[in-house]
Amino acid sequence: MQPNVNVVSLVSIGRHPQSGRSRRAEQDGRAVELGLSLVGEALTVVHVGEDQDPVLRQYAGMGLPSMTVLSQGKECDALPVLTSFLKAQLPSVVLTGVRSESGESSGMLPYLLAEALGWPLVPRVAEILHIKDGQAEVLLALPRGQRRSVQVTLPFIASVDNAAQEARQTAFGPGLRATLHVETVDSVVDDAAIQWEMSAAKPRPKRLKVVKAKTAADRMKAATAKPVGGGGKIMKNETPAEKAQAIFDLLLEEKVVR
Amino acid sequence: MSNFSSNDDALHSVFRRDLRTEWIARNRLHPLHDSVVSAQQGGEVRGPTGLLRKNPHVIGFIGPNGLKRIDRANGSFVAIGGKKRVPSAKDSQRPLHLVENPEGYIMVVGDMIGGRLTSHDKDILGLAHQLAAEKSKVAVVLVCFGENKETQCDLAGVDRVIHLEGNVFEGFAPEAGLSVLQQIETSYQPMHWLFPDSVHGGSDLGSRLAARLGERPATQAWQVTSEKTISRGASGSQDISRTTPRILMLMEECANAVEDTRHEALPLALEFDVSMAEGDHRLIDQGQIDVDSNAVPLAEAEFILSAGNGIHNWDQFHSAAAALRATEGASRVAVDDGFMPRSRQVGASGTWVTARVYLAVGISGAIQHMQGIGQCDKVVAINTDAGCDMVKRADLAVIADSEAILAELTRLAQQRELSKEEEESDAA
Repeated sequence: MQPNVNVVSLVSIGRHPQSGRSRRAEQDGRAVELGLSLVGEALTVVHVGEDQDPVLRQYAGMGLPSMTVLSQGKECDALPVLTSFLKAQLPSVVLTGVRSESGESSGMLPYLLAEALGWPLVPRVAEILHIKDGQAEVLLALPRGQRRSVQVTLPFIASVDNAAQEARQTAFGPGLRATLHVETVDSVVDDAAIQWEMSAAKPRPKRLKVVKAKTAADRMKAATAKPVGGGGKIMKNETPAEKAQAIFDLLLEEKVVR
Repeated sequence: MSNFSSNDDALHSVFRRDLRTEWIARNRLHPLHDSVVSAQQGGEVRGPTGLLRKNPHVIGFIGPNGLKRIDRANGSFVAIGGKKRVPSAKDSQRPLHLVENPEGYIMVVGDMIGGRLTSHDKDILGLAHQLAAEKSKVAVVLVCFGENKETQCDLAGVDRVIHLEGNVFEGFAPEAGLSVLQQIETSYQPMHWLFPDSVHGGSDLGSRLAARLGERPATQAWQVTSEKTISRGASGSQDISRTTPRILMLMEECANAVEDTRHEALPLALEFDVSMAEGDHRLIDQGQIDVDSNAVPLAEAEFILSAGNGIHNWDQFHSAAAALRATEGASRVAVDDGFMPRSRQVGASGTWVTARVYLAVGISGAIQHMQGIGQCDKVVAINTDAGCDMVKRADLAVIADSEAILAELTRLAQQRELSKEEEESDAA
């Protein structure tokens, strides 16, 4: 816990992948969880959008005494509102999800905020190890379960990956009792997005496996051949040390052994 | 200058017929007929009783398309020169797609995992060619950072390459990559920027560039023409169709990879001093952290050390896996015998793995197992049987007893660990 650091978590309205109901967004929940583990109840949780949404109470039910809602319509752009809010607040750490579960879900918001504020951005954070002397040590989630340690100067923006600590269960009663600070803001309508056509997602066509053989013999070969990647190197008569060295060199070349 | 194109020096594999010998072999009245035919059949062979032996297997000849033909009318026509014609890549060399003095560029920034084009990258190159085909004289440029081991850029559809190497681009260095992309933007003003929308860094770099240039990109795009783009929104539940922006981040299988043409893959000049590329001093990469390799799910592990029936010393196998920091896998036999848990089984009724390097120790390679490792890039086999299927599949096969090799590998890994520690203590 580092209560002297000002941490802001940005939350949005999620969407359940099967039922389509609105819910606490997966990654935003993790962003709140990470914020709570850093500063506890001193965490500021901000939502830009409609202030009456019952999902906000689900976030509040994670143990937040209050939440801030910058109230604006659905078709408005969150970026200018958030930029001015963060410029006024000047937090040290801003946590977001990687991608929202509703709207365009482009995942551009943290990047645009970082650009507008001139702060560094760390993408796909799994854990914030510690914050000390204006520096934070952050673990990035790489593909295939790997982690990378990065040291970043405060203030910074981090998008929280699915590899981060799962969001805690939300409590209904405390969620209802939490106070929502609703601020009305000068909102800007997202003109570009209004011109888009939105429709329910069509299933993507499966890629067909086309056999491009010209003759029947080639087709027979393609149908019966075992998947053999011929032309490998075979070492038979060398000493065990040489053989092991050859394998080890390959592992080094492929950078799986560091 | 490194060469990214596939080689095509297969001149010596051209099939040449010796018409005169063929004619002599056909003509039974020719004075040289007997000697030519017996030479083709590997000389006259007589059995112990002095009888002339005929080899029934040399009847017929291999025709021009690689099939065996038996000419009943003229039995003496045997494969001339005895050479079987091997169909080579040269036969089906694709036509070369030339772009001279290009007037526009489409930049494709590949993920290049392990220095090679991924299938995602290849699909995007295919899409870039679809976009380029609608205008004339547009070159598709591959932008890649770090090491490039790809040898088939020309077949994947790369007209030009911008390749930047240097320590600045190693590891987590988004700002260095971004500065290069900005330089490309000012020097070439590309028609489109295409990025793979992937967790391997493509989406991160694309978003950074879009934010820097102040352009609104289309993310998770899956159907793109030069006018209209359809992309997924709202966590994949909606399709957004809009006019095609300049920066696109594309999903997998967004188009078909290039299959019919060959490309030049020429280096494209970029006035960029690699030593000038400075990362953001506020982001300091401290390198990858050692994670518990056995906690990584087998299906997504990068490096798997897999054990089969040929392992007798299981303690040694586990210690080797720990020393190499490999995820452990097993064949069905090892699991059935109770040496490994069922969750570690690779192949049918187990896990289908996607490792970049798969090190198979004492696994002969049943077809059910080979199916499971179909997506692995590099397979290394350690086996005592040189004729087994795993050795045929492997990129590097070692014919030896597993115990000796594993002991050596463990020693090498520990040695490397020690030398690294020494270096670190020297630096500190």
